[in-house]
Amino acid sequence: MSRIKKLFSKPKEKLIPFLTAGYPELDSTIELVCAAVDAGADMVEIGIPFSDPQGDGPVIQKSSQQALNNGITLKRIFEQVKQIRIQTDIPIALMGYYNPILKMGHEAFLDNCVSADIDGLILPDLPLDEAGPFCELAKSKGLSPILFVAPNTTNDRIRKISELAADLIYAFSILGISGNELSSKKNLKAYLTRVRENSVTPFVVGFGINTRDDVVWFNQHADGAVVGTAIIKKLNGSKLPAVTTKDFIKELKGIK
Amino acid sequence: MTNKFKNYTLPDERGHFEKFGGKYVPETLIPALEALESQYTRVKNDPLFQSELSDLLKHYSGRETPLYHAKQISEELGFDIWLKREDLNHTGAHKINNALGQILLAIRMGKKRIIAETGAGQHGVATATVAALFGLECIVYMGKEDIRRQKLNVFRMNLLGTEIRPVLSGSMTLKDATNEAIRDWVTNVETTYYLIGSTVGPHPYPMLVRDFQSVIGIETKAQFAKQAGKDLPDRLIACVGGGSNAMGLFYPFLKDNVKMIGVEAAGKGLESGEHAATMTKGEFGVLHGAASTLLQNEDGQVTLPHSISAGLDYPGVGPEHSYLNETGRVNYYTATDQEALDAFIWLSEKEGILPALESAHALAYLRQDDNEIEKGEQIVVCLSGRGDKDVHTVAESLGVDL
Ligand SMILES: Cc1ncc(COP(=O)(O)O)c(C=O)c1O
Repeated sequence: MSRIKKLFSKPKEKLIPFLTAGYPELDSTIELVCAAVDAGADMVEIGIPFSDPQGDGPVIQKSSQQALNNGITLKRIFEQVKQIRIQTDIPIALMGYYNPILKMGHEAFLDNCVSADIDGLILPDLPLDEAGPFCELAKSKGLSPILFVAPNTTNDRIRKISELAADLIYAFSILGISGNELSSKKNLKAYLTRVRENSVTPFVVGFGINTRDDVVWFNQHADGAVVGTAIIKKLNGSKLPAVTTKDFIKELKGIK
Repeated sequence: MTNKFKNYTLPDERGHFEKFGGKYVPETLIPALEALESQYTRVKNDPLFQSELSDLLKHYSGRETPLYHAKQISEELGFDIWLKREDLNHTGAHKINNALGQILLAIRMGKKRIIAETGAGQHGVATATVAALFGLECIVYMGKEDIRRQKLNVFRMNLLGTEIRPVLSGSMTLKDATNEAIRDWVTNVETTYYLIGSTVGPHPYPMLVRDFQSVIGIETKAQFAKQAGKDLPDRLIACVGGGSNAMGLFYPFLKDNVKMIGVEAAGKGLESGEHAATMTKGEFGVLHGAASTLLQNEDGQVTLPHSISAGLDYPGVGPEHSYLNETGRVNYYTATDQEALDAFIWLSEKEGILPALESAHALAYLRQDDNEIEKGEQIVVCLSGRGDKDVHTVAESLGVDL
């Protein structure tokens, strides 16, 4: 069974931190992912920086730009994940906008993912309408494409998206970009119930999740919580990024 | 010519021009694009909508625009040049054709908040104008660099009651303004209409902007036949930023035996690395919701374009142009900043018309030694806009302090 399937077959709280590859230093990601794992992260999402991150707010935009200035490349990210893989067996997903992947080519990109022992792929600008060929190829190589649903996605579409994804989907908590604030818990609950009822796979929620309370709440109404902007914010200007990461993940997990 | 264009119906129902086009956007925007497409399909054949639009084009924007036989430059070059005078539209460029069409769509969809991106500010001004006309809230995203070089248009938009939001990310030009407009739209998708300014973005935008701009080519066809006493011109020429004035001119002629030339910005030269020559130097890629041709590095990061003309300073190009390029139906060439400046002055002196720097790229092609134009040809050039907005830039390049 794949690592993702295995993790999501267990009824436990799940925290999935997001880290921008190559930020704050070119090779920090290795150390930071390991710190997150030590602190109790259940899965990690590593962001491939892109020059034009349309779905991201200012915090993640800046971290991506900084990482690109540091010289991060897709090739380097694969090398970093290989280093990380030596130290941990938790599921690892890459998050990336489509163009750098297209430039490398579907086949080459996915083969690199397989050899770096990556588990999942999150492509925010590849919706159901365009995702077919990429997802089918990914699945044929044993990788899990993790497609998105949003609060305005219809029930029928949620089902189709989850069927194409097959193992896991990702629900945007809000209409909006990363770093925006959450809407009312009442609206969220109705939406997440709708996702629960229509998705054939487990689902995690991300965007706007900042605190321990959020993590607890989203684990009650979904299968896991992704925290991105809040972590990157903590890393901004941190002298000891690994310590900062570890402390914050512990806080989010409720570990004293 | 291949039969492909005899019964041309692209994009297909998924919004593709073969491998180009499509909808590469966050899931959140899919319902909005679907709603837009179904509204557009409805109004396309709605006589009420069409008559409302043609009434505005005529009485508000001043269409039809003239097709002017530019005798002085024709005589100098030895072929006949006809200028399609989009500069004579209200607000000074072809952008108003599209803005009027889309604002009527927005109203039908019940949206009260309009957002747009702008480069040269012509699309921003056109959007601000139609928003004022219909009493709608309007926000325009504009790169800080473009705000600097298009001060006049920024002030015009302010006068029209539009809020300008300066964009400080990336190259601080059109690409970044577009990113920011998309982020706004993702966040406010339920209340907001995104009035995109060129034949770019996710389906159905490239199609509907093309359709709204096609009035350029439709008028040209009828005017040319009447004025030149010949069925068709030999060649059409237009500048290409995102590609809307060019698509507007070309589309009604695709099935005809007429050569077509798109002219992109070569900036400081094709080998300088500072240009916006997407078709010549770009590769297949995805940006701003569509698969097309893109200036990018070996890692698929979008590279920063350069052009003296803010309206052409864009690293991508509309998907339909990529298709027309690949099929060979349209040929794409380039003109440098200097060639455009020279053409700006040339047309001003010879014909008494100050062209927009964007349009000056199309004019520059006429004067290139290797342009393959034959003596005696009948040529239509889309004069997409007027040059008032560029007077500061031209003065600066001539070392004149205004
Ligand atoms: C006068 C004028 N011409 C051309 C353009 C380029 O746009 P497009 O290629 O969509 O016609 C612009 C864009 O701002 C413009 O203002």
